[in-house]
Amino acid sequence: MGNLRFRDDAALDQPAVALSAFLDQSNATAVRLEPGEDARLLIPHLDRIALIEVAFPKFRDGRGYSAARILREAGYAGELRAQGDVLVDQIREMRRCGFDSFVPDKPLDEAVVATTLARYDNVYQRAADAAVPVWKLRHG
Amino acid sequence: MKLLTGNDLASGAVTWWTGSGWSLHVEEAADVGDQGDSILATEEAARRVNAPYIIDAVSTPQGPRPAHIKDRVRALGPTVRLDLTLKPADPAAGNWVI
Amino acid sequence: MYKYDQYDQAIVDARVDEFRDQVRRRMAGEMTEDQFKPLRLMNGLYLQLHAYMLRVAIPYGTLDSRQMHMLAHIARKYDRDYGHFTTRQNIQYNWIKLEDAGDILADLATVEMHAIQTSGNCIRNISSDQYAGAAADEVTDPRPWAELLRQWSTFHPEFSYLPRKFKIAVIASDEDRAAMRLHDIGIQLVERDGKLGAAFYVGGGMGRTPMIAPLIKDFVPIEDFLSYSEACLRVYNRYGRRDNIYKARIKILVHEIGADEYRRQVEEEFAHVKTLGIDPPAAELERITAFFAPPAFEAGIADNVDRSDPDFAVWLDQNVKAHKQAGYAIVNISLKKTGDIPGDASSAQIDVMADIAKDYSFDELRVTHAQNIVLPHVAKRDLYAVWQKLVEADLAAANLDLISDIIACPGLDYCSLANARSIPVAQKIAKRFADPVRQRDLGELKLKISGCINACGHHHAGHIGILGVDKKGTENYQLSLGGSGAEDTSIGKITGPGFDEDGIVDAVERVTDKYIQLREGDERFLDTYRRVGFDPFKEAIYG
Repeated sequence: MGNLRFRDDAALDQPAVALSAFLDQSNATAVRLEPGEDARLLIPHLDRIALIEVAFPKFRDGRGYSAARILREAGYAGELRAQGDVLVDQIREMRRCGFDSFVPDKPLDEAVVATTLARYDNVYQRAADAAVPVWKLRHG
Repeated sequence: MKLLTGNDLASGAVTWWTGSGWSLHVEEAADVGDQGDSILATEEAARRVNAPYIIDAVSTPQGPRPAHIKDRVRALGPTVRLDLTLKPADPAAGNWVI
Repeated sequence: MYKYDQYDQAIVDARVDEFRDQVRRRMAGEMTEDQFKPLRLMNGLYLQLHAYMLRVAIPYGTLDSRQMHMLAHIARKYDRDYGHFTTRQNIQYNWIKLEDAGDILADLATVEMHAIQTSGNCIRNISSDQYAGAAADEVTDPRPWAELLRQWSTFHPEFSYLPRKFKIAVIASDEDRAAMRLHDIGIQLVERDGKLGAAFYVGGGMGRTPMIAPLIKDFVPIEDFLSYSEACLRVYNRYGRRDNIYKARIKILVHEIGADEYRRQVEEEFAHVKTLGIDPPAAELERITAFFAPPAFEAGIADNVDRSDPDFAVWLDQNVKAHKQAGYAIVNISLKKTGDIPGDASSAQIDVMADIAKDYSFDELRVTHAQNIVLPHVAKRDLYAVWQKLVEADLAAANLDLISDIIACPGLDYCSLANARSIPVAQKIAKRFADPVRQRDLGELKLKISGCINACGHHHAGHIGILGVDKKGTENYQLSLGGSGAEDTSIGKITGPGFDEDGIVDAVERVTDKYIQLREGDERFLDTYRRVGFDPFKEAIYG
């Protein structure tokens, strides 16, 4: 399987423009964020964005995880896509940080994705997903 | 001479390319000449070796002697626990490393 | 100490399952080594010089006898009958097979242990004061906060691919027994106006560019503890350098932008993070703290010790420290017997220490960053019996903090990162100074050896430090003087050209001879060095 999407709405059929181009253009609704770019620059524009694509040129570069959480924390509800060197063993952390679609360079094994996402019933900390941290389960 | 060395994927044991397979013993290591890169690629892809690399070595009467002390330690075992090396009965084994 | 509930256990069990599957996929060729490496590192599994090495986590250095027996079992069943206790309070096994890794983690999980995040570019084991809960000078036991940090940092989804590793230490006293300011984040719990808070020091570390962490915030209220930590990490994850692995630690970021700018960015992020509700309620800290309640000490028991056995008296004076509770003492077990490998213990010795802890120390042990073991709560009336058992197990070296109590990394005998062997140097130095009378005369002298610049032996923090380097293919050793990992934190100064293995031992002896010549009163070596300066010692070394 190649791309993965966890949304019910229709996928946006528009290329994601580079951040600098997006900030110049008033009509773009899809933007791409490189690892070194500041996700907070998008916060004033979130209401007109339907898709933010966060680039992962190398899976070891974890800046995109912070970018994703920051966008979700700012109330972004559109599609948040991880694109690039995205491996199945990162999908879970990425989902927790708010990513809901994935365009990996190399196809992912569907069965492994499913097992990976179902493996942990519990999480220790609050993140951008709806998972309830165990401290809340312990104390209500 | 050039030797091809790495670790066994499952066990982690240090291994040396003999020309036809992998051995735990550097004495059996073969000179890969300029074929090292292609043998390495084949063997690694087949998972018959993990983390392989090519090293320089000198030919001696006791067999190939890796040029770098790190690979000599890999070939023998820890100099401070000779009982855990490939030559536990040889009290002078550590000298070969140094 | 902390006990898992169903949630903690479920998380660790799921991790075992996950790693088993990752190993299976690697062995089946579904993953390359390049893809697998970060995953195995996040489970503490390295590929070293001889085999795979597994680093098992001992959270903040605390464990009980059941867990200690399991560590012995792992050594016997899966390794070669011994383990190595490390400078981050963990244990390492050097002869592990990848195909056994799943079973090992499963065995560990049965006693609430794991190897989670003991390597990789993530938050590592939280370290702490080995005398926590026993020392009179702590404002509180720091370990509940270390446990809070452990849970918060475990599988933190935002911080699993940091620029580099991240090490946190938590203490609660002015005396620093954990080298707190040489960590990426060092935390000292403090009291202000009757309220508990945390002083955060960020940007310390050893390695290629040693730095002492500057104070970033002098008082974080306890209810903001995790939010503030989260803010510190997020700034690092976003702005830590990723272009050069030698410049990727947070100490470089703090140094390059300056502590004031780093603090400003953290405060800004903290103001935002605080709105997210990530801090657990006070009830969670209370729940965790309850596990660290003092053991059922007996009141009114004997506070004096029979010193008539002279060998026992020597050990008592050197290795046993005062406990906050009358009638009790803190016992240090040195894993540095002359000629032995620093920090190593056989499976038999590990079992003995477990049994002694169960019988005499309320079933608790600690691992120290000096690679020794502590029995934190021993009744003074039991000290003689404990010592006798230690003697029987060859664990009674009476050399705590003396020159032969050497911290040494595994070095080139084991580690693929090393440039030189460190263990033989440690052994030779210990033998040169074997005379116990001479050692006690030299007094407190913390000698630390690293086999490479990664400084796992903490040589920068050694009163005398030794660094192994590669000098044109041969092993060479640099000497440094005047480092300290205590609250008077300082980085050692390199003396000059390096030495070969025998040369470094001689050089160390010239340094100690000079100290004896120059000392005044009961100055330690470090005090004399700081008083007279570098030059007299440099002259003594190089003539």
